[in-house]
Amino acid sequence: MSGAPLLEVSGLCMRFGGLLAVNEVALRVEEGQIVSLIGPNGAGKTTVFNCLTGFYKPSAGSIRFRGEEVSGLPGFKLARKGMVRTFQHVRLFKQMSVVENLLVAQHQHLNTNMLAGLFKTLSYRRAEREAMDRAAWWLERLGLTDVANRTAGTLAYGQQRRLEIARCMVTRPTLLMLDEPAAGLNPKETADLQELIAELRDEQGLSILLIEHDMKLVMGISDHVVVINQGCPLADGTPEEVRRHPDVIKAYLGET
Amino acid sequence: MPDWFYYLIQQLLNGLTLGSTYALIAIGYTMVYGIIGMINFAHGEVYMIGSYIAFIVLAALALMGIESLPLLIAGALICSMVVTSAYGYSIERVAYRPLRGGNRLIPLISAIGMSIFLQNLVRLAQGSRDIAMPNLVRGGLDIGPTTGFHATLSYMQIVIFVVTLISMVLLTLFITRSRMGRACRACAEDLKMTNLLGINTNAIIALTFVIGAALAAVAGVLLGMYYGVINPYIGFMAGLKAFTAAVLGGIGSIPGAVLGGILLGVAEALTAGYFSAEYKDVVAFSVLILVLLFRPSGILGRPEVEKV
Repeated sequence: MSGAPLLEVSGLCMRFGGLLAVNEVALRVEEGQIVSLIGPNGAGKTTVFNCLTGFYKPSAGSIRFRGEEVSGLPGFKLARKGMVRTFQHVRLFKQMSVVENLLVAQHQHLNTNMLAGLFKTLSYRRAEREAMDRAAWWLERLGLTDVANRTAGTLAYGQQRRLEIARCMVTRPTLLMLDEPAAGLNPKETADLQELIAELRDEQGLSILLIEHDMKLVMGISDHVVVINQGCPLADGTPEEVRRHPDVIKAYLGET
Repeated sequence: MPDWFYYLIQQLLNGLTLGSTYALIAIGYTMVYGIIGMINFAHGEVYMIGSYIAFIVLAALALMGIESLPLLIAGALICSMVVTSAYGYSIERVAYRPLRGGNRLIPLISAIGMSIFLQNLVRLAQGSRDIAMPNLVRGGLDIGPTTGFHATLSYMQIVIFVVTLISMVLLTLFITRSRMGRACRACAEDLKMTNLLGINTNAIIALTFVIGAALAAVAGVLLGMYYGVINPYIGFMAGLKAFTAAVLGGIGSIPGAVLGGILLGVAEALTAGYFSAEYKDVVAFSVLILVLLFRPSGILGRPEVEKV
């Protein structure tokens, strides 16, 4: 469908008992855009993410990915359509090696025929080799080649963050959703991350939806910023527009 | 060598035989627990059904006039594994999957219900009396002096060791080398994340039930032939023993299940050999209580860390 945005969310509501955690949130991500979702702590950003990735079934609203309704689909189907996410805290397979983390993530692209696996057919071997090549390419790209055979749990924090992004990338996504990717990184690492996100967009033609508290990062790379506060949409526009929006200033700094 | 030495060897051989079959059943408990954190109490019944299928297949092959021993054993093993795999898959699909995501207690109760259902299903279909399994593998090797007291390693025990060893090697290769095995390990670490990376975790969970059921069937065929008697109630005790073995080794850990099974088998055999056979169950379940009291994570298990 031409003209339809990559991701279009409208009227999204999420209710937990009597609490309306997300109220009528709308956002759209065009192909090749970096869109940030910001808001004060507890604004419901992560809840929005959880609705988008099938963790929660939204109480109301629609989520369209490439024009197709995807709300309520299980996580693995969303991933197969090209939506993957990271979490605020690192969720690697800590007991597996770095390479294995990247191979598991390519499971969907590998021939799942059990018999082929048992007899190690030619096509099986070729698929394994391709998966290995792709893993090696991303390790090289993110500077993790030296630690490829280490157990993922033993990596330094910054490396674990990068490995998470690599693991998302090997699933061949079209929309990457990052939940506070800069949390816990030092200013140097944050600057590198900003560069990496921009490069991923330019090189891989990826669209990115970002939740982030680091305003320098958000304002530096976003094409579009959506602000929510207490579950409700507050403002929506370019970084410049949002920065000057009186309601946003009020929500972040309080009334003067 | 004095007599007591051969007596000890004999007890150890008996213990290893029993223990390796406990290990096969325990793997099913531990794999399922490792992935969905649930105790599949219907697992013992799957073992019992495995024994019954073996009996039916052996009877059918005998009627057809097939007498080749390897063919009989292979036929019994393969048919039994295929049928119990279907049972394992169906049990998960019917009794556990619809309840997933709720309170942990609910699938546990469903498991107990499934266990009672299967036991009575077999009781209705096959009757509740003991059935004699044919003793196919006779004879054995003598260890020690030919005259006087010596230990005997029966050929059936050798069959049990060999088949168990092959099953475990295959399982290890599957888990560590294959693509599906990799996905199983990923599920055991973080089920939700694995799902979000595009892996159908429901299919992986079903696969672990199928593998567990097939291994329980192997144990069912072997122990049925070893003891020579089966009835619809053997699954209950075997299931509890294997569960104890899994807890002893560290539930969630496959090497732990193997180690726990063998230790428990040896402990039972030594009790039966030096004290009284009446007390072997007492010892087995005392082990369970002591492990739960003093080392709940088991020998090779990791302490449970609350996932956020």
